[in-house]
Amino acid sequence: MANIATYEKGSTQLLMGNEAIARGALEAGIGFATAYPGNPSSEIIGSLAEVAKDAGIYVEWSINEKVALEAAAAAAFAGVRSIVAMKHNGLNVVLDYLMGLALTGTRAGIVLVTCDDPGALSSTEEEDSRMVAKWACLPLLEPGTFQEEKDMTRWAYELSEELKSVVLIRGVTRTSHARGDVEVGERIPPLRQAKFEPSNPLEFTSMPAPFKHLVANQKMDKARDLFESSPFNWYQGPDKPDLLIVTSGSGWFYSLEAVKALDLEKSVGILKLGTTWPLPEKLVRQHLSKAEEVLVVEEIDPFLEGNLKELVGEDPSAVGPVKFYGKRSGHIPIAGEINPDIVTAALARILDIEHRPVQPQYSQKALALTAQFTHGRMVGFCAGCPHRATFWSIKNAIKLDGRGGFVSGDIGCYSMAVGPAGYWQIKTMQAMGSGTGMACGFGRLAEFGLTQSVIAVCGDSTFYHATIPAIISGIYNRANFTLLVLDNSATAMTGFQPHPGTGRSATGEQAPVVDIPTLCRALGVRVEETDPFDLAGTTDKLLDLMREEGGVRVLVVKRECALVRARREKPAYQMRIDEERCLGESCGCSRTCSRVFQCPALMWDAQRGVAAIDDVLCAGCGVCADICPAGAIIRETA
Amino acid sequence: MEKEPLNIIITGVGGQGNVLLSHLVGKVLVRGGFHATIGETYGASQRGGAVMSHLRVSRKMQYGPLIGEGHADVIVGLEPLETLRVIAQYGNPDVAVITNSRPVFPQAVSSGGARYPTRDEVAATLKGLSNRSWVVDATDIALELGPPILANIVMMGTLVGSGLLPLGAEPFEAELRESLPAERLAMNLEAFRRGMAEVA
Repeated sequence: MANIATYEKGSTQLLMGNEAIARGALEAGIGFATAYPGNPSSEIIGSLAEVAKDAGIYVEWSINEKVALEAAAAAAFAGVRSIVAMKHNGLNVVLDYLMGLALTGTRAGIVLVTCDDPGALSSTEEEDSRMVAKWACLPLLEPGTFQEEKDMTRWAYELSEELKSVVLIRGVTRTSHARGDVEVGERIPPLRQAKFEPSNPLEFTSMPAPFKHLVANQKMDKARDLFESSPFNWYQGPDKPDLLIVTSGSGWFYSLEAVKALDLEKSVGILKLGTTWPLPEKLVRQHLSKAEEVLVVEEIDPFLEGNLKELVGEDPSAVGPVKFYGKRSGHIPIAGEINPDIVTAALARILDIEHRPVQPQYSQKALALTAQFTHGRMVGFCAGCPHRATFWSIKNAIKLDGRGGFVSGDIGCYSMAVGPAGYWQIKTMQAMGSGTGMACGFGRLAEFGLTQSVIAVCGDSTFYHATIPAIISGIYNRANFTLLVLDNSATAMTGFQPHPGTGRSATGEQAPVVDIPTLCRALGVRVEETDPFDLAGTTDKLLDLMREEGGVRVLVVKRECALVRARREKPAYQMRIDEERCLGESCGCSRTCSRVFQCPALMWDAQRGVAAIDDVLCAGCGVCADICPAGAIIRETA
Repeated sequence: MEKEPLNIIITGVGGQGNVLLSHLVGKVLVRGGFHATIGETYGASQRGGAVMSHLRVSRKMQYGPLIGEGHADVIVGLEPLETLRVIAQYGNPDVAVITNSRPVFPQAVSSGGARYPTRDEVAATLKGLSNRSWVVDATDIALELGPPILANIVMMGTLVGSGLLPLGAEPFEAELRESLPAERLAMNLEAFRRGMAEVA
């Protein structure tokens, strides 16, 4: 079947924004692609990994974003065009290296794609990556259409080489994780003449820093000039609009629809900017001077808004009086995702147009008819998920330990244990590996009176990404905690990508395994291993580790992700309820299976007063048989 | 195609194949010369949460990935409660709705704390809020033919069979033939055709 490497030049394809970026990179002749997975960015490198052989390129999942950027920069230094992709959290991880790279510059083109997640649809926080462009002196591109995702990426390599600078491309969920029709261009093969050959001893360093900082600013001046004539900036609307919308990225489509919805094509103009740092100042001033009122539509922070105001402030006479609306004025929300309805409401409010939500009577009737049934759907662990079993054991071990123990956690599917899915067991959650770093602190508080048991959890991919330094710090500083590595043999949350523990590379080849228990033992700590589906055994081992005072102890809880396993294997067990044994409400278990354990396949049959199993959802893991006090859940080998 | 653009929402619960369904439909439309845009809910919602794909079809231009409230023309639901949730937010008197009948209980229902609507209640509610509506036993059909996830292909059949799309069955069958391995093709074609027959 055709793929992003083999699509014919000139053909139109339905591409995910992330795939369009990947295709653009292939059309630019990249040779080297790296990333650590993170939504909404994962499919950029994921789709390149799938076609690496067809395209003749190298693709890797690096252990974290910083290593990914460093490896990609090395390729660019040696003359091989490279791409590195990450989500906004990843940009935080690479900052230390990126600031140095920004001063250093590059030889071959290098593009860093960062995908933000307004509304935190698949994230634990929301933040605006664009600030980094201004901070680090890097050119910033924001695609507004699917075609631009591809075209801008291809052009970014020319820009990168002309400026000798990393180029940032910023996506958001609704540009990256959306699909649209894209006409593809010609793909060129990567150059195969890699050589690392500095033209002077300091070429590939950030030294001397003040000089290189000056050069970086000069590159911005050059970028500004180039952006003045960029086809990625355009204006649509009347010559002299009553109101000018200035927008970028996802805001383009939303603005277009809002103007149409209110029938304002003749009075409202849209300046759509694709090159948002540095701003093409002449172009922007020219449009600002034609309008007295400006609405800025962007996600997430008022980045464009602030930069426009700065530009006006430098020489107010060049633009004339102008009033700004946007996030600062409260017309567009300062947090969360925006959409066409929000932009329409903002426009209507500014222009004092009566804007009624569509058919209010219908809306009221619809809510009246459906509200009693549309119960919320909490995200939770899948049927058969090892994490549910693990947190069940953690909860029980903490209770048996009796010292008010608690869990510090971090980012992965298991993050859902901050809520009912994992019995509210995770009590801190901030960043990759932070559960263990937190435990280094909590585990040193005994001298200040802390008597609680300290438990940290991390996933397998997170272990490699950011946990190892925290473990070593904990060992060195004699912190007192137990770390559970929840090893489900995949980077599950982001799409089951392989990692150094899986024995598979990004492109499907066999890879060396860095074994987690072996590595931890080599660090000199006590390591136990357990199967989370063995509830009693896991609880006992955890309890034993918790009771061993002093130092770092590790319990590796290993069981493959249920979704990965289901691709290969049939369920292990056929589960059923023995209705004779299920005592229902008179049991005293308070419906432990359906109400507390929270497997989506376990249900309460209210009419018959017994538990029930949904055969469509049940993954046949068999764990629930061990939680029923009446022994009414029967596990039969399938 | 009467509507410009045609706004379709495909909804369900994470894991039901919502993304695959919207992708397949979008791909066939693009091959048929239409502009298509799909906005999808991904990420954490894949783990049993409510998921939704907004599919926008146009002969003239590319539209954005999100449909405004009250502006759906067609709603395809892989799960009845999600269909109700979407019609309440995106429906209007002219909307057409096709829903699978098989519930995936939210926690409030499976733990006994709340009641799930009966099949008749779902059908009556959708009828009262739409121009045309169908309730289809897509999961039951899927289970007759193979795994429950096949319900999404049954639902694709209902969408095509309803005549709400600007294309007929042939390009969809061609897409299935091209994208599926031989051993799964017959089952998927059968699921697609059974879906078409349900709304005929």
